[in-house]
Amino acid sequence: MDQPNVKVFSLSTCSHCKSTKQFLNECTVKYEFVDVDLLDGNERKAILEDVKKFNPRCSFPTIIIGEKVIVGYKEEEIKEALGL
Amino acid sequence: MDAQQLYETLKKVQEPKGYYFSNDKKRVFELMDGLLVNKERYGYMACPCRLASGNRENDKDIICPCVYRKPDVEEFGSCYCNLYVSKEWNEGKIPHDYVPERRPPEKMGF
Repeated sequence: MDQPNVKVFSLSTCSHCKSTKQFLNECTVKYEFVDVDLLDGNERKAILEDVKKFNPRCSFPTIIIGEKVIVGYKEEEIKEALGL
Repeated sequence: MDAQQLYETLKKVQEPKGYYFSNDKKRVFELMDGLLVNKERYGYMACPCRLASGNRENDKDIICPCVYRKPDVEEFGSCYCNLYVSKEWNEGKIPHDYVPERRPPEKMGF
């Protein structure tokens, strides 16, 4: 079965974001991530517009798995969305 | 100041107020590092789990300890970051539920 696309909007300083990445690594899931706090100016603005579409509260991590949006490090929900 | 010094300084001030560091030391030290990064980056210790705007006035509610810590520890036994927790949370007497973001989105300065 193909793995759904996984994208993580994260902060480099946030422990929930670190746990999320670590968990995905442990599950050997391929994913893209962007640490929004490391972006400046227009680049940050553009990414935040994206994040808001998925999660109006714009909190981190915002995790996109296929069509599913998970806000926060919620292991069970992540597993379910990945079909693990 | 390094993470260990920050940890000890904060512990001394916050524990008597009833706010304990989580006994997940790895997480707590990641957060100490995050606070020090933000101090360097913004000039104040903005919450490491939230996106700071860089404007102290906009970010004042999320300068650690944030204004949401009190209601979050009262309701969930833990702050949003799982940094400051109640005694009961550390002792496993209350469930470690996910603490939702309490900060109103309009407060985000961008």
